[in-house]
Amino acid sequence: MFADCADPKSLEGLVWFLCYLTTGKQVLFYWSFLTVLTLMAITAPIALGFGFGGALATRSHIAPLRWLGMGYTSMVRGVPDIVFFLFVPVALDQGLEWIRHKTLCPDWTEPVRQGADFVVCAAAKLPLSSSPQSVHQVYGFVLAVVAFSIVFGAFAANVLAGAMQAVPHAQLETAEAYGMSRRQVSRRILIPQMWVYALPGLSNLWMILIKATPLLFLLGVSDIVYWARELGARKSQIYDFPHPDWRLWYFLVLLVFYLAMTRVSEVVLRRVTRRLTRGQATMAGEAMRKAGA
Amino acid sequence: MKKLALMTAVLALAAGMATAQTVRMGTEGAYPPYNFINDKGEVDGYERELGDKLCAMAGVTCEWVTTDWDSIIPNLLSGNYDTIIAGMSITPERGEVVDFTQNYIPPAGSSYMALKADANTMGRISVQVGTIQADYIASSGATLLEFATLDDTVAAVKNGEADAVFADRDALLPFVEESKGEFVWAGDEVQLGGGVGMALRKTDTELRAKFDAAISTLKADGTINAMIKKWFGDEAVVF
Repeated sequence: MFADCADPKSLEGLVWFLCYLTTGKQVLFYWSFLTVLTLMAITAPIALGFGFGGALATRSHIAPLRWLGMGYTSMVRGVPDIVFFLFVPVALDQGLEWIRHKTLCPDWTEPVRQGADFVVCAAAKLPLSSSPQSVHQVYGFVLAVVAFSIVFGAFAANVLAGAMQAVPHAQLETAEAYGMSRRQVSRRILIPQMWVYALPGLSNLWMILIKATPLLFLLGVSDIVYWARELGARKSQIYDFPHPDWRLWYFLVLLVFYLAMTRVSEVVLRRVTRRLTRGQATMAGEAMRKAGA
Repeated sequence: MKKLALMTAVLALAAGMATAQTVRMGTEGAYPPYNFINDKGEVDGYERELGDKLCAMAGVTCEWVTTDWDSIIPNLLSGNYDTIIAGMSITPERGEVVDFTQNYIPPAGSSYMALKADANTMGRISVQVGTIQADYIASSGATLLEFATLDDTVAAVKNGEADAVFADRDALLPFVEESKGEFVWAGDEVQLGGGVGMALRKTDTELRAKFDAAISTLKADGTINAMIKKWFGDEAVVF
């Protein structure tokens, strides 16, 4: 970045440090923070969507749909996250490649599984071997988003189903007495009111999601934990910027980052709670009404 | 006319891409001087230089990929990359799962490194998981402490968790040389494995033959010996 950085071995003190902090490798570390934030920003709404679908399914009057919803929530919640993060991307990847293999290379006669090898024709590879590394990284990232969404969606489904139960029955019955259909009751009364009950559970999940992002590393995405380990490890003279074991300092940075993230989330969630509580038939809503009156 | 020119350009590009097969090279990126990630964030080291040469000779385009040492063989088998070039010693056990090229580093010694020269090499020994050194310690009767990376094994010795670390002598050498006497060699050097080779899927025989031929050429003209001296120092074992 600076012209002075061309010969790092001759540098000392602050200049050395500034050059060190602007090497290509450090910049990759800074970018990985964005990777983690992007993952959270994309995963949270998708997981909420999965959760919403799952919650509605578990309450459905159609039996197969209800079984599907219940199966999804209890299966995923019952399996350790780490097993799921290892299983989903591999299964998804091999499943997609197998389907592409069957459609793109119909005259391929050799079996897909040969001993321990998983062999599909070159055209069926996902992403193609010839595509640049960035495509592979995006693909890995998408698999990670899917895995995270499925897992967190199951927990969110349970939270939302509970919140739907918590909406006072009298409200729903009153709506029915006004002549609303089941669908109208759900859309106009149940769903607008359930959020305030769901929020404590959902905010919990959000916090867990923030802290679960280091699992990205398991999925082969170079995240902040990977780079902190890699950069912090002792560097011998073979590197341009040799230094002793600095992992403690790198992990301290991560600690501050995660604490800041959770702090910001707490503030935002508190505001959202206030907003959703307004006009609700809950104790907090009643207190707000009295304070305003 | 413009369209035609564009078409031919696209076709020429497509043809150019089709002729050069892309081979994805899987490595660990945490085992200097074999392979490591340099300050630019790129894969570097002896194996990077050798791998690029081999690819040029075999007429393929190479793309470098890093992965955990732990899952380096499963990822090869499921097709995430096409070769492993990561300081992997040739052993019969690994040979049952993958196929190796001939070795591009001759069989070299493994050593114990500790805080003092009389450290107990039958005590708690830290090794990197899934290495030939781990297998050796498991059968030697010493207490085995396994870690994910070489750096972690060395850190375990430094903080007293392990009595000594056991790894490739060439990988430990920078630690001994640069620690100003903190780390020293302990015990005797041990000969393990059949040298370091590239690993490929058993079904990829054609590619393996190409790399094998290229390694033979580089061995014959002395290029490999010169590169070993460059990266591992003058005392390193050569062919």
